[in-house]
Amino acid sequence: MTIVKTKIDRRSFFKSSVLAGGGMLLGFNWLASACSAEASKTLTMPDEWFEINGFLKIGENGVVTIMSPNPEIGQNVKTSMPMIVAEELDVDWAKVIVEQAHLNTDIFTRQLAGGSQSIRQSWPGLRMAGATARMMLITAAAQKWNVPVEEITTDAGVIHHKNSGKKAGYGEVASAAAKIPVPEEVKLKDVKDFKIIGTSRKNVDGHKIVTGQPLFGLDYKKEGMLVAMIVHPPAFGMKLKSFDATEVKSMPGIKDVFSIKTYNDDYKLQWTDGTSFTELVAIVGNTTWEVMNAKLMLNVEWEAIPTAEKSDLSGLESTSEHNAKMAEMGNKPGTEVRKDGNPEDAFKNAAKVVERIYTAPHQAHNTMEPMNFFADVTDTNAVLFGPIQTPEVMEKTLSARLGLPLENIDIQMSRMGGGFGRRLYGHFMVEAALISQKMKAPVKLIYSREDDMTYGIYRPAYHALYRAALDENNNLTGFHVRMGGIPDSPLHANRFPAGAVDNYLAERWTINSNISVGAFRAPGSNFNAVAEQSFLDEVAEAAGKDPIQFRLDLLKRAKENPVGERNDYDADRYAGVLEMIREKSGWETGSAGKNRGVAAYFCHNSYVANVVDIALDGDTPVIEKVYAAIDCGIVVNPDAAVNMTEGSIVDGIGHAMYSAITFNNGQPQQENFDTYRLIRHAESPKSIEVHFVENEIDPTGLGEPPYPPVMGALANALYKATGKRYYHQPFVNNTFDV
Amino acid sequence: MAVFNLKVNKKNVQVDVDPSTPMLWVLRDHLDLVGTKYGCGIAQCGACTIHLDGFAVRSCITFVDSVGDKEITTIEGLSENGDHPVQEAWMEHDVPQCGYCQAGQIMNAAAFLKSNPHPGDEEIETAMNGNICRCGTYTRIKAAIKTAANS
Repeated sequence: MTIVKTKIDRRSFFKSSVLAGGGMLLGFNWLASACSAEASKTLTMPDEWFEINGFLKIGENGVVTIMSPNPEIGQNVKTSMPMIVAEELDVDWAKVIVEQAHLNTDIFTRQLAGGSQSIRQSWPGLRMAGATARMMLITAAAQKWNVPVEEITTDAGVIHHKNSGKKAGYGEVASAAAKIPVPEEVKLKDVKDFKIIGTSRKNVDGHKIVTGQPLFGLDYKKEGMLVAMIVHPPAFGMKLKSFDATEVKSMPGIKDVFSIKTYNDDYKLQWTDGTSFTELVAIVGNTTWEVMNAKLMLNVEWEAIPTAEKSDLSGLESTSEHNAKMAEMGNKPGTEVRKDGNPEDAFKNAAKVVERIYTAPHQAHNTMEPMNFFADVTDTNAVLFGPIQTPEVMEKTLSARLGLPLENIDIQMSRMGGGFGRRLYGHFMVEAALISQKMKAPVKLIYSREDDMTYGIYRPAYHALYRAALDENNNLTGFHVRMGGIPDSPLHANRFPAGAVDNYLAERWTINSNISVGAFRAPGSNFNAVAEQSFLDEVAEAAGKDPIQFRLDLLKRAKENPVGERNDYDADRYAGVLEMIREKSGWETGSAGKNRGVAAYFCHNSYVANVVDIALDGDTPVIEKVYAAIDCGIVVNPDAAVNMTEGSIVDGIGHAMYSAITFNNGQPQQENFDTYRLIRHAESPKSIEVHFVENEIDPTGLGEPPYPPVMGALANALYKATGKRYYHQPFVNNTFDV
Repeated sequence: MAVFNLKVNKKNVQVDVDPSTPMLWVLRDHLDLVGTKYGCGIAQCGACTIHLDGFAVRSCITFVDSVGDKEITTIEGLSENGDHPVQEAWMEHDVPQCGYCQAGQIMNAAAFLKSNPHPGDEEIETAMNGNICRCGTYTRIKAAIKTAANS
């Protein structure tokens, strides 16, 4: 048992204890709530709710509402975060209702979906919220029964006093508990005593999803709401010159057409604001179809932005230019980020040198729900509703742009039709707010699929040079990586195999660009893992070693006698997932006759290894099976974790194999799913088998870690199947002739 | 603008819209049936799948003036209480991640199973290939379709 100080944001307790002081009736928003299937069939709503703290309230009948603080993008935190509160509260999950919280920095911290951090960073706070509430409930019972608190136990929402035989449901003491002072310290459960964490619980929104109930930003509707769309420059490097809306304004259902300036010239952009197009034309009307038609008819003139500041590339960039420039940069020394030993000598004295180049294109996030947001802005207040991964930062942006104090801005979060990093960048919230402000009416801004794909915050294009030096005994004596991109370098210089090789050199370079880029599921890692793990496969082959054993030998070195002091990974846990994948895939006994590839990667605090098995159907690769071994600490909701891993595997294979966005004179060449290829049913793996390392380490990330390594395992399996190495994504652009 | 009398989820409804309006937007903007999703607008992703007389169609390219007296079924009308075998199988396998594409996947699967009650793996893949899931739930979708077929 762990005793912890209740140090989490005490404001959440302070605020709620004031609120609940009188045992007041609190509002309940049924629309925003969700619960398990069994709860939906059996629960009756209480007459009164008592707010114990900002995370939860309890009804007089024992029904519990737990707030889900973070944005839900499909990573299932709306189920798993309340599960953690419910665990420490010690309540029956079938009596729990989940409610999506608004942005509320008084109560919650880090209401952000990104970096695979929701569970990891909220873990202590969520546990404490549940444990504190439980303590207040049993204290209330102890006072009522006049018995020592220490003699009281709880079981699934019922308080027991063994000696007297007394018992009470949480609901019976909730009113009194709300008035109990917040305890100074609380006991947290031992991992072995968990009853909810570590058991599979179904998505609390599952029933609403399969019955088509309104959940997403795009589904939102309010009386008097108008629909808006934007027209943005057709190419990066261009800006608005003029537009003529005379004809469009007279089209049916059209209310107004005007330009908006998303950010003023003197405004210092925050990291979540990112956009290349700060001046847009807005079209506002009654219905989506009317506005879509008007959009087609609008006459707009664009002009090129002078290129003086962007000396690396022309003002209207093309992918061919990108590729040539990346090849040039990859061919000369970059900025040294880490150097161990004497890599120059190692390569000079090597018996064998393996040198390879890897590339990956820009990619669009393509969330299935296009960007959108609802805004209702008045002279004094702003209410916004919709899909955003970074509500807290965007509230500051909105405050600055609208000239409203933070407390007068209410950001409400919808369920999101995918995120993948795209909705970290909330310029569309500002656009919606400015349009509402101008119209003096509630407005829902909708991007068409074409807007969404051609007005992207893309995954950067990347390039890597890898070199390995082997001595006459096939020991890896030198390792050199030089990585760059447009405009970011994906290099993680202190990750494996740094620390495992005596002579090591990591360099980075970048190329400026006016194409907007940003985080895309497992930023940087989504390229590193493919390049590095493909390369290590080739190096192992050149050394005549089994690819798993080759990696394990390096990790053994990194553990026993690490090179350098700054190595970002735990060699034991890294080796653990490789050993697990070796066993689970039957690598040593079951690989004969199979085209299989292996890879392992560490990112976002978690370790993942994959084995991919491929068969060939003519010249088409068929992914027969993918194995995954994962160490992400304690798994909160196992089946949901398996689901997310399966999805990451499909997603990783899809993006490595098929997906790219290219540019010609600044213009994205793919606008919709007829030209931008995403993986489909028939191309996805026939079977996926997921294993988790069981331990008692606090949970780390899972939204991103299973995404990168499978691409490396895919490339290595493709090599086995076709005899060819795959260096350049998307792999489908290579021919698959055997 | 023109008046259209439609039969949606067994109810007679009337809308006054431009005849070129896709059923997707008639449903979402005029009838408040937002379960049918917009994904691409060009019949490439399947998120907007509905049934016309029991057959799966893409509502983003099905114009209101082409529907006539055919019966329209949306995800909201697939079953009374969300208990269609395909919906139940989706719940059992906890298929959704973000959930946005799933109404379209379910509508496509339900129509498919009517025409082919006991499909093989390849038949499922072919039938479902027009429905994109960006979260990658394809393996669970296939498993759920098999469960629904056996129920």
